[in-house]
Amino acid sequence: MSTVTWITARGLFGRRRFLLLLPLPLVLLGLAVLCRSLGVDPGQWGPPVLVGLGLAVVLPVVALIIGTGVLGAEIDDGTVVHILTKPLPRWQIVLPKLAVAAGVTAVTVAVPLYVAGVLADSVRLGLALAVAAALGALAYSALFLALSLVTRRPVLLGLVYVLIWEGLLGNFVSGTKVLSIQQYVIALADRIAPTGLLETSVSVPVASVMTALVSVGFTVLAIDRLRSFSVAGETS
Amino acid sequence: MSTLSLTGVSRWYGNVVAVNDISMALGPGVTGLLGPNGAGKTTLLHMMAGFLAPSRGTVTLDDEPTWRNPDVYRRLGLVSEREAVQGFLTAYEFVLASAKLHRLPDPAAAARRAIDLVELESAQDRRIGTYSKGMRQRARVAAALVHDPQVLLLDEPFNGMDPRQRLHMMQLLHTLGDAGRTILFSSHILEEVEQVSGTVQVMVAGRLAASGDFRTIRRLMTNRPHVFAVRSTDDRALAVALIAEASVSGVELDPTGLTVRAGDYGAFTRALPRIALNKGIRVRQLVPSDESLESVFSYLVEA
Repeated sequence: MSTVTWITARGLFGRRRFLLLLPLPLVLLGLAVLCRSLGVDPGQWGPPVLVGLGLAVVLPVVALIIGTGVLGAEIDDGTVVHILTKPLPRWQIVLPKLAVAAGVTAVTVAVPLYVAGVLADSVRLGLALAVAAALGALAYSALFLALSLVTRRPVLLGLVYVLIWEGLLGNFVSGTKVLSIQQYVIALADRIAPTGLLETSVSVPVASVMTALVSVGFTVLAIDRLRSFSVAGETS
Repeated sequence: MSTLSLTGVSRWYGNVVAVNDISMALGPGVTGLLGPNGAGKTTLLHMMAGFLAPSRGTVTLDDEPTWRNPDVYRRLGLVSEREAVQGFLTAYEFVLASAKLHRLPDPAAAARRAIDLVELESAQDRRIGTYSKGMRQRARVAAALVHDPQVLLLDEPFNGMDPRQRLHMMQLLHTLGDAGRTILFSSHILEEVEQVSGTVQVMVAGRLAASGDFRTIRRLMTNRPHVFAVRSTDDRALAVALIAEASVSGVELDPTGLTVRAGDYGAFTRALPRIALNKGIRVRQLVPSDESLESVFSYLVEA
């Protein structure tokens, strides 16, 4: 494990903020188990729990907490200077941090989604949701990591993207769905395990290409921004 | 041996000019960067350390720019003012992580050497979060020294240190400077600079007001009368004789002795023995009372 990975992971799990990650996946898991044990028809609870809660809220919010935490928290408290005063090419800082963010997000979200998918339909749906969520975790993490370098309010902007753009505008202005990671994740999951529970609005090729573009594009942006990282003086 | 060069460096934030057209070259030895709060010291240090792009001008370390060039950190160490450390690490882990990030051949040995240098061995296995301010500062210095950099920049390194720790840090900076390292530290506390370094760069309102040895700077300020405290066997008679001297612009007599203001440093110091000899007065004490960095500094700030 690289030293940057080690410090990032220690920093992530060493902060109380990490505890924020637990409730959402637990609620998702709890609701799925509850509906199943009460014998509710999966067609009734599947879409709101799997998509409405799992893919539209749990995945992006967990990704937001972690993605803005791996670098943003260090920028906030100033410890980022320790890593930056090393003769490391900046990609060697961004990539390990992205890997930690995407990895932790994927594990945190994919496990409850897998269980919920199995309870709603089949192991295949569970796997499909887990894989699609992992890909989504990568795209979201790249986005939020880059956000923490281009703005001082990454959490706020991230929430605006998740809640306003993906959540609200997506319902009224169908065009915004083409730029919605959530829609890519739904399309990819539905491609792996076609069921009636997932309603797709972008095609699979668009979803695949856009997921890759978002992941790579924002990673490149983050590396470039980190190269020109400025520490604000007293006067600013 | 490394040289840090600044050529016509300015930095502004919107309409506010934080650093205004500064040129300097820092070679081996200890240099103090002095100035009141808000003079632009931190901005200047950040530009030297590659954490801020100059709005105009260039900052180079051995002819390589420091901005957008992580390679300079092989030769440069920075101890920033913000005392941010990963509190969840022990000092040893923290310094070791630095050594590993520098890809040193034997990180463990380098970490132990650096911790040894700042005398933190006894506490090295405790979490930094439990440290006092001064100890945290030393842990940060150890991390900045772990790769034995040619150039070390420290922003207000004595903040929060107790007198013993200050003394130790001053000795450490001296040792490094004597060993041919280029050390620059900023401070707004004059005694610190005075004790650690004779060479100063004085910043006032974003400009470089003076640079060099502060005693020399003082002597060059000819428009300011030099003040001397003189004690002799007959202060009153000496005062009468001195006021007739062209180089003397004023004499004050008080119970502890004379305060003499002289316009010309050289002429006065040559005249005094001659006058005393002629009058048969024995001079017991002659002390330039405004050659301290403090008075040099206040003159520069007022000017």
